[in-house]
Amino acid sequence: MSDLQTPASSPAAGAATSEAPSTATAASNASSAQAAGGRTFLPRNTLLRHLLVLVLCAVGAVILLESTDLGFNAQIGYVAFYAIAAGGLTLLTGLNGQISLGHGALMAVGAYTTALLLDVEEPLPLIVIFLAAVALTSVVGAIVGVAAARLHGPYLAGATLALAVGLPGLALYFRSFLGGEQGLTVSSPDRPDWFVEGIRTLSGNSASGVKWIAYIAVACLLITYFLLANLMRSRVGRTWRAVRDQEVAAELAGINLGTWRVLAFLVSAAAAGLAGAVLALVVRLTAPTAFTIVLSLSLLTAIVIGGLGSLLGALIGSALLVFLPRVLRDAGESLDMDAAQAAEISYVVYGVILVLVMLFAPAGLVGSIRLAWMKQRARRAGARTGG
Amino acid sequence: MQQFVNLTLGGVIIGAVYAAFALALVLIWRSTRIVNFAQGAMAALTTFIALSLIEGGQSYWVGLAVALVAGLVIGAVVERVVIRPVEGGPELNAVIVTLGLFIAIQALISVLFGVNQRAFVAPFSTIGFRAGDFTLALSPNTLFTLGAVLLVMVGLIALFRFTRVGLAMRASAFGQEVARLLGVRVGRMLTLGWALAAVVGSLAGMLIAAEVTFVAPTFMDSLIVFGFVAAVLGGLDSPIGAVVGGLLLGLALSYVRGYIDDTLVGLAALVILVVVLLVRPGGLFSTTQTRRA
Repeated sequence: MSDLQTPASSPAAGAATSEAPSTATAASNASSAQAAGGRTFLPRNTLLRHLLVLVLCAVGAVILLESTDLGFNAQIGYVAFYAIAAGGLTLLTGLNGQISLGHGALMAVGAYTTALLLDVEEPLPLIVIFLAAVALTSVVGAIVGVAAARLHGPYLAGATLALAVGLPGLALYFRSFLGGEQGLTVSSPDRPDWFVEGIRTLSGNSASGVKWIAYIAVACLLITYFLLANLMRSRVGRTWRAVRDQEVAAELAGINLGTWRVLAFLVSAAAAGLAGAVLALVVRLTAPTAFTIVLSLSLLTAIVIGGLGSLLGALIGSALLVFLPRVLRDAGESLDMDAAQAAEISYVVYGVILVLVMLFAPAGLVGSIRLAWMKQRARRAGARTGG
Repeated sequence: MQQFVNLTLGGVIIGAVYAAFALALVLIWRSTRIVNFAQGAMAALTTFIALSLIEGGQSYWVGLAVALVAGLVIGAVVERVVIRPVEGGPELNAVIVTLGLFIAIQALISVLFGVNQRAFVAPFSTIGFRAGDFTLALSPNTLFTLGAVLLVMVGLIALFRFTRVGLAMRASAFGQEVARLLGVRVGRMLTLGWALAAVVGSLAGMLIAAEVTFVAPTFMDSLIVFGFVAAVLGGLDSPIGAVVGGLLLGLALSYVRGYIDDTLVGLAALVILVVVLLVRPGGLFSTTQTRRA
């Protein structure tokens, strides 16, 4: 089942990666070292390379957070939780070829767990709460995954869509416990003294609660992406790709398709759970209206725009989800639309982008750029050997 | 007893609407192997067009006619412009395209008509008939709903069984290459299939709006899920299966709503769907072995 093969795959790029059956995903899955063809400053060892990128990104994030105001810090928090969930989804859809429209509901599991665990006299350490949210969501994800492992394409989309519609009903049914329509208010965790001191010595900014939460969100994002990137480059990631591209060959090679699909769903759900936990902190409210189909479809938009299977693409797509609506809302309000209507313009744009990307550039933003680059390299290599 | 009778009646009526919606999904699935997740949003759009006409002083029937024609046009345009390029390609691409349409159309409704709920007046009285000393969940309007769905089904059966166009449509769904060799304009038949499906979807939208007496941009969200579950119950390939699946689902959800709680209806649909897919992936009436993609 080669779900993700682009119809527009060109022979030139195909020659560049002869071992990859699917050009578009090969482009988005190629590691930076491979794509750069040896002419690279980054170490060849995958773990070292990822660690280096992690450190660079962490430094960049601190600079970004300290050089911008609190409003922007809060927005970074939004980008972070979208990106964590989108990272998990891109692993599932891009690497393993399974679509999920239920990740919004899985985020709800993580968010409600966090809200409930924080809402006590003496809350547990934040890291324990986050791990609990991740663990519970993983369990739910594994259950969904068992059912999903046998489905493909439209069947899987429909089943996970039903999950997205059905699960928020639980919050309404257990009204007294989960807060019903109003949802649960999330109490902010205390910021530790070392953080306040650290920020003061670093940049002289005052370390408010918003800033603390933004740092938590970014830290979660970086750790998640580091783990996911390693997983995608590992034996596990290769197995998932095999399951996606060549079911029969994978089975002949001794891969149990069902087990690996459930595992992909579990990992992806774990990321969604963490995203939900971060969402609870950033938004400070978990209510059923936050976890509609639209959230799940927004995540799908993020990974499709960026390019399926690419973490960088998921991050870019998530940033677009946060910043595009602001631009469009301002544009809409300047056209005398009321705020609620203007907010909907961004969803029109998302939908149109989804369709256009699928019609004209199924590899997405990152994938298309890599594809063009690989094509050019192949042409140059061809000219060298030919001439 | 009275509750049981009324829940059963309500289940049959809402099930008829699910059946119509499932039928629209099946029509498209048979011809193009695509599940149109934008069906609900398209139907919501045509219902809003009709509502704005009705609010502007036109009669319900003008609104209904315009909604159906709008559905026909939208269905044909969508197939011709955005679906044609992904037909026969990877199934995930087609799914994502229909989901993109879903978001875009739903948001477009909000931009054009506002985000708030609006009242929708049924064409006939919604006061239930009385039998002895209790009120049945059966009113002139629900009879109209049942009649309209029945008429559509008979019409579709007649179209597919007794007309040349219907035969050509079945041929293109059965084997595109062969049909093309025999002179069937397959492309046109696919467009026609999508257009017809959108008409049936629009009708389901108008009927459900009259039943629940309000419309909002998202009011078809649950219907697309229930329609899909109903279609899968029936095997996604069989029009008769879609109708039976719709009625069964309508009854089951009506009992859940009546005896357990309204909020769990979506979850019940999920459970039914998962059980069916795990136990009988080809639907309740599958005869052939399911094919592996």
